[in-house]
Amino acid sequence: MRGNRSLFLTSCLAFGFAFLYVPIISLVVFSFNKSKLVTVWAGFSTKWYGELLQNDQILQAAWISVRIALVNATFAVVLGTLAGFTLARLGRFRGRTLMTGMVTAPLVMPDVITGLSLLLLFVAMQELIGWPDGRGMTTITIAHITFSMAYVAIIVQSRLSSVDESLEEAALDLGARPVKVFLLITIPIIAPALISGWLLSFTMSLDDLVIASFVSGPGSSTLPMVIFSKVRLGVSPEINALATIIVLIVAAGIITAGILMHRQEKIRQKEVQMAIAANE
Amino acid sequence: MSRQGYVELGKQMTAATSPITRLMWRFPPYRWSIVLMKRLGVTGRTAVIAMPYLWLLLFFLVPFVFVLKISLAEALIARPPYSPLIEWSEETYLTIRLNIANFLFLIEDDLYWKAYLNSIKIAGISTLFCLFIGYPMAYAMAKATPSTRNVLLMLVILPFWTSFLLRVYAWIGILKNNGLINNILMGLGVIDEPIVMMQTDFAVYVGIVYSYLPFMILPLYANLERLDNSLLEAASDLGCPPTKAFLSITLPLSLSGIIAGCLLVFIPAVGEFVIPALLGGPDTLMIGRVLWDEFFSNRDWPVASAVAIAVLLLLVVPMMLFQKFQAKEAEGQT
Repeated sequence: MRGNRSLFLTSCLAFGFAFLYVPIISLVVFSFNKSKLVTVWAGFSTKWYGELLQNDQILQAAWISVRIALVNATFAVVLGTLAGFTLARLGRFRGRTLMTGMVTAPLVMPDVITGLSLLLLFVAMQELIGWPDGRGMTTITIAHITFSMAYVAIIVQSRLSSVDESLEEAALDLGARPVKVFLLITIPIIAPALISGWLLSFTMSLDDLVIASFVSGPGSSTLPMVIFSKVRLGVSPEINALATIIVLIVAAGIITAGILMHRQEKIRQKEVQMAIAANE
Repeated sequence: MSRQGYVELGKQMTAATSPITRLMWRFPPYRWSIVLMKRLGVTGRTAVIAMPYLWLLLFFLVPFVFVLKISLAEALIARPPYSPLIEWSEETYLTIRLNIANFLFLIEDDLYWKAYLNSIKIAGISTLFCLFIGYPMAYAMAKATPSTRNVLLMLVILPFWTSFLLRVYAWIGILKNNGLINNILMGLGVIDEPIVMMQTDFAVYVGIVYSYLPFMILPLYANLERLDNSLLEAASDLGCPPTKAFLSITLPLSLSGIIAGCLLVFIPAVGEFVIPALLGGPDTLMIGRVLWDEFFSNRDWPVASAVAIAVLLLLVVPMMLFQKFQAKEAEGQT
């Protein structure tokens, strides 16, 4: 019986991962296809990577997207950590329910609705107080920060909830002021959460199409917007090349993170063993 | 603040242990803001709560007020392309013009109803598929040895972090008439004519299930990994067959994870735009795409806003449910 069950589970896993990876692998494979038709194999060639590096439109859009993503990730981590810390550590306060709602809603809100609502806000603000003057990178960044901070807040909140408060309480008892406790104790404890929050915000900003389309202005086309306008017309081998580069970067990042975490876990285990041995 | 109080505050600040505090106290703007905060009874705690709170209020909540306002306006050929709601006339009389024609239009015109219901149908069925594929995967991952588990987790996370747009694009290359599937099948001689898969409802289902699968697996895995194995061991010690143990122990305990995962897929899938735009056909009606077309192609901001309000009303209850189950899951992690 147990054999049957694990066969079932293993085949589910295999099918699932095949389903997840076949499209990604096809993207990579077809980026080396000599033929412009992308999916009709005509021989091995890396010419599309050359074309990609000469495509000014894509490169410029990529640069805009990266800048927006950097600013977004940094601000989102700051605001999101404050929000997560508030929800995890500051107990009850007036308006807590509303805050919890505002932090959870962006996680599931359809992009078209956030995009439209933010655009209407920016238009109204421009009418009322003259800022933001026209839409562009600033408005896109503000929009991205708003939903990214929700993700960071959830990550930080869940990490802080599972961490013992006694360390912070001990520090407070010893006379440290709350700000110092936060900077010297809380932040190092939640550092992995902060890093993954930063990376997640960066990735989501880089990938956002719908919201950027709504709140961008002339001259601030982001990378997803350019990709979308290209692929609406059909497949394009330069996009395959771009996709391969992105997949490789993400894969490298994840493998590095995995190795680092594995090493840290080993160090931690050694320390625990040494502590046990020292106590005996 | 009394003179005495100000002097006391000054003494406290200049005797502070942190050199940064002592330095900043020398700058008048910092002094003034601290004094103001003390006068208003604003503590550091309030400032910490207020910063994200105010940002979210201004940039998340207030925009919905504007969506409601515009949905009650008329489309105009102007910048911005809607009629003002509140107007001052020469005699300084205040005119408020509310136009509910947009909402009536949504009810009367078939397109919106159909798109609405179609979106719910597509999102619902896709959610179920995600669940049926994702649950066994998450279960298998949770049951694996710790080292295998980490590798499998990384394998699930990689598609999750790869661009959503590019992964949907990949399916264009697979499903189109001279795409991967058709080429393989025709090469093997299984079919003579290419199977039309692009620009169909089928492609949209595949796209949604594919893109949202990691969103289903990750919360389910987090939930199942926390499951206490000893419960299952006790059940088998007491003679319970594995299937029954699964149904009466594992499944109920993972229920909040299931619901959270399903809502995490369903709610955004209802308003999805990219997948129907790239993979769907002209008759694949989804409400997200309808909103986009109303806004960008028709330049009809009021109707687009009305559609947004309608979708929001639809999703309010699922979003509240999601918040509830997400909080439950977060609690379970402690």
